[in-house]
Amino acid sequence: MTALISHSFLQGYWWLIISLLGGILLFLMFVQGGQSFIFSLAKSELQRTMVVNALGRKWEFTFTTLVTFGGAFFASFPLFYSVSFGGAYWLWMAILFSFILQAVSFEYRSKPSNVYGTKVFDVFLFINGCLGPFLIGVAVGTFFTGSDFSLDLYNRVTWGTNWHGIEALANPANLALGLAVLFLARILGLLYIGSAIDDDQLLQRSHKAIIVNTFPFLVFFLSFVALLLTSKGFGADKTTGTISQIKYFYLHSLITNPLTLILFLSGVVLVLTGIYLSIFRRSAKAIWYAGTGTVIVGLALFFLAGYGRSAFYPSFTNLQSSLTLSKASSSRFTLQTMMYVSFIIPFVLAYIWVAWKAINKKKITGEEMAEGEHTY
Amino acid sequence: MLENLDLSLIDWSRAQFALTAIYHWLFVPLTLGLSFILAFMETIYVRTGDEIWKKITRFWMTLFGINFAIGVATGIILEFEFGTNWSNYSWFVGDIFGAPLAIEGILAFFLESTFVAVMFFGWNKVSKKFHLASTWLVAIGANLSALWILVANAWMENPVGMHFNPDTARNEMNSFWSVLFNPVAINKFTHTVTSGFLLASIFVIGISAWYLIRRREEKMAAKSIMVAGIFGLVSSVLVAITGDSSARIISKVEPVKFASMEALYNGKNNAGLTVIGIVKESDEKIGEKKVHDVDMRIQIPGLLSVMTTGKGNGYVPGIKDLVNGNPSKGILSVAEMMERGKYARKILADYKMSKEVGDDETAARLAAKFSDKDFVDNYFRYFGYSFFSAPWQAIPSVPVLFYSFRIMVGLGFFFILLCALAVWFWKRDTLKKNRWFLWLALFSIPLAYIASESGWIVCEMGRQPWIIQNLMPVNVAVSNITSSSVQVTFFLFAALFTGLLTAEVSIMIRQIKNGPKH
Repeated sequence: MTALISHSFLQGYWWLIISLLGGILLFLMFVQGGQSFIFSLAKSELQRTMVVNALGRKWEFTFTTLVTFGGAFFASFPLFYSVSFGGAYWLWMAILFSFILQAVSFEYRSKPSNVYGTKVFDVFLFINGCLGPFLIGVAVGTFFTGSDFSLDLYNRVTWGTNWHGIEALANPANLALGLAVLFLARILGLLYIGSAIDDDQLLQRSHKAIIVNTFPFLVFFLSFVALLLTSKGFGADKTTGTISQIKYFYLHSLITNPLTLILFLSGVVLVLTGIYLSIFRRSAKAIWYAGTGTVIVGLALFFLAGYGRSAFYPSFTNLQSSLTLSKASSSRFTLQTMMYVSFIIPFVLAYIWVAWKAINKKKITGEEMAEGEHTY
Repeated sequence: MLENLDLSLIDWSRAQFALTAIYHWLFVPLTLGLSFILAFMETIYVRTGDEIWKKITRFWMTLFGINFAIGVATGIILEFEFGTNWSNYSWFVGDIFGAPLAIEGILAFFLESTFVAVMFFGWNKVSKKFHLASTWLVAIGANLSALWILVANAWMENPVGMHFNPDTARNEMNSFWSVLFNPVAINKFTHTVTSGFLLASIFVIGISAWYLIRRREEKMAAKSIMVAGIFGLVSSVLVAITGDSSARIISKVEPVKFASMEALYNGKNNAGLTVIGIVKESDEKIGEKKVHDVDMRIQIPGLLSVMTTGKGNGYVPGIKDLVNGNPSKGILSVAEMMERGKYARKILADYKMSKEVGDDETAARLAAKFSDKDFVDNYFRYFGYSFFSAPWQAIPSVPVLFYSFRIMVGLGFFFILLCALAVWFWKRDTLKKNRWFLWLALFSIPLAYIASESGWIVCEMGRQPWIIQNLMPVNVAVSNITSSSVQVTFFLFAALFTGLLTAEVSIMIRQIKNGPKH
């Protein structure tokens, strides 16, 4: 059977895994989105504790998904790892700094003798809550808008500017996606808080905040989609593999790939359904609609970036240096070996679900916080 | 491009990686060992139903949580620094090195992070058995994480299971099992995790000793010493055994590192193992590198030969043999390896050029060389040496290795004694009477960290100048960024990690002073 599995199939398979991890990461950034409300949603110290604890019980999932997303990229598309991380140095470093701040803040914020005081750790959570989703959105934006780099014969990268990734912030489409991801994370954070905490006041305030955040989300998301579909994309010639810039490339890709189009549209509908259910029906299940929609939209965006003729990490200054799945991937042997390992993923998802349900079966209450059961 | 890379970029990149690794390794060993200690304690609680064991488990779990968070924070930086600071390396070996990292994420990290949430928050939410299973799964997950990253690290010391692909200009994996069951990997994993078990045991014994000194929480302290003492004693013996086999393997796959650990310049039969000594620079040089003498050397005659060859009169090569060559022992000089490496590199350059100009016939002929056993075994295996400008560059820092190795080994033997005494005094119920032992145990906590860090310094500094033994020196692996960028991130990381470590230690001390809550 193994002889029948081609290298290109394995590249596609691993792009699917990367896309899935990327989509799940977008959803799990509800933790960051929730953190961005640390100073605004709660009106009392107890409420703030409840918000922090609701999010703090899930931060490791987001963190682990980010680490696995990076590891999977390293293993399956190491040229991307080499080019993007080694080139867009400052963009990735800024993302990493924000995540270091998060990792300790939940555990340390309320512990006595934490040296800096609760406020400082809450500020750290706020910084990660805003910068994390925004910068990851900007970084994903470069998958469509491209970067300034070139590769030599030995695939060693030279970045075209000394800004080393910060220049991505100057591109309107990257900015629009970054802000859309940030506001989506904020909405998801509010939906999650609504589903996990038993406090009427908090719920009311979070519903109002969902309405307020839905407008900027829609504006930035639609702006990104408009810019994406009307811009020139980076496509490879089917026979020669030569990369060129093609007008309406992503629009054409969406139309000619019904699966991606259906995923994209159904994902958007699910996100909007989740928001609707929360605002008009006060449903605690809204997070699952919006969350599933986010994963599916994430999948569709990664499909659009990587599948077909698309170069998933384009260079706009040296088109032939652009990375396609076939150019950036690991060898057939490595991808196949890892494919066998990936068969365990459904089992991993199953035990995560069991553990998640076990912890979330009772909503967080003020009384539980007062008991001090490993409270953040 | 490589010629334009400045030395300060390499030095700052190394410094940043070393900084991150040293900080990361302050937290990981405690997680590795304490997770199992928690599992043992909770198992006793579930089996006996005695509430004091629940109290004990929960107290150490609080300290575990404080340590775990900062370990995770520093860990993510290490993973991404392979790309940000060593991008050429990421491409050159990503096909092999990346796989264990991805497997680590899928198999181990999720196990650890999923069940750590149940372990912390599930006491009143899940059944006793579910909670106990979660604690065990955290321990297994944490140690599985260590397995995969150590497999990757071992591969850097003994690259196996791969071939070079001239088209992609990188090494590609052709045997996953060779990578996984690399003898260096097996030794490294067992030696590293058992050293983590030992460190955690000393941590628990030391803090428990403090309670006994202060005449507080005496029941909890004595029971903790019992669990940690037995675990530590078994682990310390395993650390010694795996350390011995590690040294034997290093002498074969990284002979310069091994000779440098012993400051052995002239190879000899019946070589003695230096127990202690003082390293001093002499007037002699190998190229630009000073030769070091060892004053006040105390040696065990013949032991080094026995350790490395299994025979008392076995020959152990010295640094001079390994750098200048020793034809009578079949040792090539570094100068010769440089020539062979340059030849291999020229074949690669010619291949690339012929592909560029469309000379398919020449390209096919040159590509075939990379599948030719003679070329691979006698030329390509020295590829990395082609980047040296002088043979002396193959020598790592002898004083750093000499002292780090002795600190690690000396403290390792001391810890066997310490754990044995802990078990002995607990068994005789005389812990409280032997206050000297309690103080000794308390002050041994920092010693455990020093020993553990020294071990990694031997490992990583000893591999210099290589990032991948014989294939890629660090100066070729580094990312093409400005050294000022790396300087800025170095100082940012240094400030951030130090700030967070300060908070961690302060919180930990307060929690210990407060004692168990429940």
